[in-house]
Amino acid sequence: MATQTNNDNSSTSALLASQRQTTTGEYLQNLFKQLRTGNLGVIPILFGWVIIALIFQTQAPAFLTAFNLTNLIVQMAGVAMIAYGIVFILLLGEIDLSVSYVSAVAGVLLAMGMLPPFNVPWFIMLPLALVASTLIGLLHGVIITTFQLPSFVVTLAGFLAWSGVVLILIGGAGTVVIQESAITSITRTFLSDEVGWVVGIIAIVLYAITSILSNRRRQQGGLASKPMPIIWGEIVLVALATIGFVIFCNSGRGMPLVTVYLIVFLIGLTYVAQNTKFGRYVYAVGGNKEAARRAGIRVERIRVYVFMLAGFMAGVGGVILAARLGSVATNAGGGDLLLNAIAAAVIGGTSLFGGRGKVYSALLGALIVMTIDNGLGLIPNVSAGARSIVTGLVLLAAVIIDAISRRQQQRTGR
Amino acid sequence: MSTQPILKTVGVTKRFGAIQALTEVNFEVCEGEIMALVGDNGAGKSTLIKGIAGIYAFDEGDVFFQDRKVTINSPRDASQLGIEVVYQDLALADNLDVVANMFLGRERTGPFARLDEASMEKSCVDTLNSLAVTTLRSVRLPVASLSGGQRQSIAVAKAVMWNSKVVILDEPTAALGVAQTRQVLDLVQRLSEKGLAVVMISHNLHDIFEVADRIAVLRLGQMVNVFERKNSSQQDIVHAMTAGRLKSVPGMAVE
Repeated sequence: MATQTNNDNSSTSALLASQRQTTTGEYLQNLFKQLRTGNLGVIPILFGWVIIALIFQTQAPAFLTAFNLTNLIVQMAGVAMIAYGIVFILLLGEIDLSVSYVSAVAGVLLAMGMLPPFNVPWFIMLPLALVASTLIGLLHGVIITTFQLPSFVVTLAGFLAWSGVVLILIGGAGTVVIQESAITSITRTFLSDEVGWVVGIIAIVLYAITSILSNRRRQQGGLASKPMPIIWGEIVLVALATIGFVIFCNSGRGMPLVTVYLIVFLIGLTYVAQNTKFGRYVYAVGGNKEAARRAGIRVERIRVYVFMLAGFMAGVGGVILAARLGSVATNAGGGDLLLNAIAAAVIGGTSLFGGRGKVYSALLGALIVMTIDNGLGLIPNVSAGARSIVTGLVLLAAVIIDAISRRQQQRTGR
Repeated sequence: MSTQPILKTVGVTKRFGAIQALTEVNFEVCEGEIMALVGDNGAGKSTLIKGIAGIYAFDEGDVFFQDRKVTINSPRDASQLGIEVVYQDLALADNLDVVANMFLGRERTGPFARLDEASMEKSCVDTLNSLAVTTLRSVRLPVASLSGGQRQSIAVAKAVMWNSKVVILDEPTAALGVAQTRQVLDLVQRLSEKGLAVVMISHNLHDIFEVADRIAVLRLGQMVNVFERKNSSQQDIVHAMTAGRLKSVPGMAVE
């Protein structure tokens, strides 16, 4: 039906005109126009990363080695996981300052539960730790929505209280060691060359299939769809990037196993954010809470769910951080962790004001933040102070780029 | 235009503490009819609309929908009956695109809880076409990038997409320029041509005289009169709004 009307009226109706199939040339023209009008997507971040990487390379030749960059992936995994949760919080226009210590609580619970006198096996303790961190998120969410308090204050209280819980749990010991290899292998496993290839190829095939299928579904529905050459071009780009990544990893220790976890969570959470009602409601609440309420969305419930999700992802991040160190110390969750996680989401392009952002921004932002951390660590005589200053400046630059591109978009009516 | 009212209030009264916001108001609107609701500030227009929309309950009086007595306790009840209200602030999420806004809260899903974007987009385009809303470049644009008239059109289209029978528009042209007002008034006209009952609150008598079939005048919480547009002038309406005869003046003893 719709296809028919499209053909009949395409000359008279602007709305319908936009629905017909675009040719490859037109598509590229549109793309170019969007780029020019400030809708740059991930380009500034990737470009920024290349610049940062080049700067480090001139200062520390060890930076652009496969060994170091695979190590970087392991270093950023914990922060990226926490930042995934932060993205959802920011989409609501809220903030969660407690995630760093919630992640530490999960790490401590996991480590202590596996030790005497409890001796709980890891496959029970791991879910328990994640349940605990999710319940902490539930607690925060319920307090925030029941008493209508700003999330800033409630999670600040959580930040303090959970840091205290970590201290008390660890007690005099100072450090709790994780010996269970099932846990430490999460971050210490590097895939063999063959497995690396299999993972890469699976990723490419999955991407190609979903991309082609979803475009075909739009075509069949008579809706605007991308021209096939563009689809194939995108697939080739993704394939080349993936193959390059696999070759690069294999030239060192191999692809770190956490890469797979990072990608699986990225895909899963992106699906939740972009393709489910829940995700749609998160964006709606962040964009216009009153509109969401009038549309019959249970706003408070969505907010609680999001804080639970942030708690869960903090738990996942905490487990990865604990696994990487092989222990949990009293300083777990402290230092830069919280700000790195929030900075990662924001640098990646998620707005602090709600309603705008993507899950992948956490991954890209974590890459930037941890690259700076990693790179400055390789250069001799760089103090911790300098690292924080550089990270701060990059965050500032990211926010400014975001603000400028948004203004540009508004001016051009996009 | 059928003469049988689809929505009717009989003697509805609403008090907020000591303030008598509505006093025994009888109001009705028929299928295919555009009923304007006018009155000075504080006349009770919004109170009447909110009562019908289920934001709060009337203290006394009955609401009839298709000759059935109904109780509307929530906006959900109202939309189940087929009554939709487009408030002045439109309640659109700026960051979402047109399709997402039109389906907000009633998304269609397929397997794996996946939003069925293709089907929603198609219905959205169909609805906008049927209302001849054609100035949009694409239904995938975020609402933030639309003009005031386009936003108003989207809000109205959103309200009528759900087989609604009565659409209540709160000041639909208040914030719009001349061309955009034209757009929206045309849209209002099309709604009534499609057989919907339209209630339009407005301060702008010019707009009202352009589209309304009948004009109900509220003053100080009481229904002063319902005018046929054909048989009345703007002076009649202004007179009724400002000096209409009341059964009783609030705060004064009834003689």
